[in-house]
Amino acid sequence: MNVAVLQFPGSNCDQDVVHVVRHVLGHSARLLWHKEASLGAADAVVVPGGFSYGDYLRTGAIARFSPVMQAVQAFAAQGGLVLGICNGFQILCEAGLLPGALIRNRSLQFRCEHIFLRTVTAESPFTNRIPPDKLLRLPIAHGEGCYFAEEATLARLNANNQVLWRYVDADGQPAENANPNGSLDAIAGICNEARNVAGLMPHPERASEPILGCADGRLVFESMIHALQARPAAAAA
Amino acid sequence: MKAKIIITPKKAVLDPQGKTVQSALAHIGYTGIRDVRVGKYLEIELDGANPDAARKQIDEACHRILSNPVIEDYRFELE
Repeated sequence: MNVAVLQFPGSNCDQDVVHVVRHVLGHSARLLWHKEASLGAADAVVVPGGFSYGDYLRTGAIARFSPVMQAVQAFAAQGGLVLGICNGFQILCEAGLLPGALIRNRSLQFRCEHIFLRTVTAESPFTNRIPPDKLLRLPIAHGEGCYFAEEATLARLNANNQVLWRYVDADGQPAENANPNGSLDAIAGICNEARNVAGLMPHPERASEPILGCADGRLVFESMIHALQARPAAAAA
Repeated sequence: MKAKIIITPKKAVLDPQGKTVQSALAHIGYTGIRDVRVGKYLEIELDGANPDAARKQIDEACHRILSNPVIEDYRFELE
């Protein structure tokens, strides 16, 4: 896997993604400044967490118009893998690459804690290596992670199996107090209809090494590697 | 010319900030307040004197970047 990790002014989780891909998983990763027009030889893009443009106007609202995002749009249109983490998820929603929007946490609190995710489907390039009954314990750190979409959109997401992860408690059960931000349907992460673009609010890159307390997050990156390895070689442009 | 733009959360969107402000108003003694919604106000100063062109430009900017049509409504006036 050869990941391009985008960097916007205010991104702060970019280095963590590079570290995990390079040093934990042994694959290639490079930082890509938001003004670059090309993704180079990347076969996957990660839009990292942070506070791009200080969250001014709305989270992700300005980053979505950065020059590099045109390359990301074209890459995604051709089926390239794109993963948005936290602010990255917000940017992908603002860019229209994922449906819905992320709004202020219902509690109005910035929540910085560990949560549990149930993986709803293994049928995606981001979840194919996650065992069906395994709960992912991941950290969150966000003030605007409440997923919102209109009823028709939510219905479509459910019908098309586009919800990838939901917040659950330690026993794997949906519960109001297991949902840290009030997201509708306890949605923590989704993918697009074509299943090549995904976003999630929790941080898998902060939970990919046992020394940090939990390594469940690496399953997301391993899924991407597995999906790319399974592709026909001719797909490389 | 100056555009005065008001951006508000859509009715379907939960507005915990509004609810909090409503509680605060009640707490300090204001009665009869049924609902509070919190939005955004922008002032944009424009060159030129053509109100139709300005209106079109501002409307497009509102739709494209200044508001998120998934979660927000907007309205504006020009002066």
